[in-house]
Amino acid sequence: MADTTLPLSSGGTTEPLQFHVAEEPHPPNGTLLGFWLYLMSDCLVFACLFAAYGVLGREYAGGPTGAQVLELPTVALNTTLLLLSSITYGFAVLEMQRNHQRPMMLWLTVTGLLGAGFVALELTEFAHLIEAGNGPQRSAFLSSFFTLVGTHGLHVTCGILWLIVLMVQVSHKGLIPANKRRLMCLSMFWHFLDVIWVGVFSFVYLMGVLP
Amino acid sequence: MSTHDEMHPDHGDEHGDIEEVHATLKGYLTGFVLAAGLTIIPFWLVMGGVFTKSGPADAFILLLAAVQIVVHAIYFLHMNTKSEGGWNLLALIFTLVLVVITLSGSVWIMFHLNDNMMPMTLQQARNLP
Repeated sequence: MADTTLPLSSGGTTEPLQFHVAEEPHPPNGTLLGFWLYLMSDCLVFACLFAAYGVLGREYAGGPTGAQVLELPTVALNTTLLLLSSITYGFAVLEMQRNHQRPMMLWLTVTGLLGAGFVALELTEFAHLIEAGNGPQRSAFLSSFFTLVGTHGLHVTCGILWLIVLMVQVSHKGLIPANKRRLMCLSMFWHFLDVIWVGVFSFVYLMGVLP
Repeated sequence: MSTHDEMHPDHGDEHGDIEEVHATLKGYLTGFVLAAGLTIIPFWLVMGGVFTKSGPADAFILLLAAVQIVVHAIYFLHMNTKSEGGWNLLALIFTLVLVVITLSGSVWIMFHLNDNMMPMTLQQARNLP
């Protein structure tokens, strides 16, 4: 903006007049805001899947109902793992703010392991369902269930991959500003997945097993 | 992109990115305790078989979920009215409006579609392909 003003003294100045901004005028925190917008669009993806489950969730086609196939103890354990991974990522962010790389990497490792445990438990649950003949092709309820929960699980898997890539980057280049910004983006992503999971366990599992 | 950032570590937006978020241990622990409580209560209510009717139970579970999502947003995602100059919140509100329209609209319309189906006799149902 400053470049667009005319110089007051016209005598002797060699600097050419500029009527455009030389640099891209981007607001501070552009990356985090942009990533937030991505998360919001991801939110819409999940809203559609939740809507599909809301419509189809009671269409059993003579197959098993939610109360018959959903195992709440497994889900409770899964929820615990994901919530714990959220707080351990928070601890990693705190260490990152203090520029303590080694403890941060430790907390990130714990976060990744908890996330991996979550995905493993979920895959086991899916395998049990499919083995018992209750795969996604059994009924509209199970189709929408597998789509919604599976999409969330896929997101967590991608989050773990991203976490591993970031840990390699940090170990190579240290806690440079760019890496810190990436870690903050992944932090938002990870906590966002926990928010979605709150919707999943409430709407799908808890309300699904109620009579 | 990355090389540009690494070449200019004191570029304006780099500082803003990190300094903007003031994560504190107290904030994370508060959020964790609240979230754990808001998770345990509905699980306990459902697994313990406290509810006998699903209507009020559904409403209560959804209410607790909504509260927990707010807790997550404030303590984990560091949402407030000032973050990113308010654009964060604006985008969130816009998304929430779309989510509410998608969810309530779908359930409302599809629920009524079932009402408008042709009545089917038992004989017709038996002869379905």
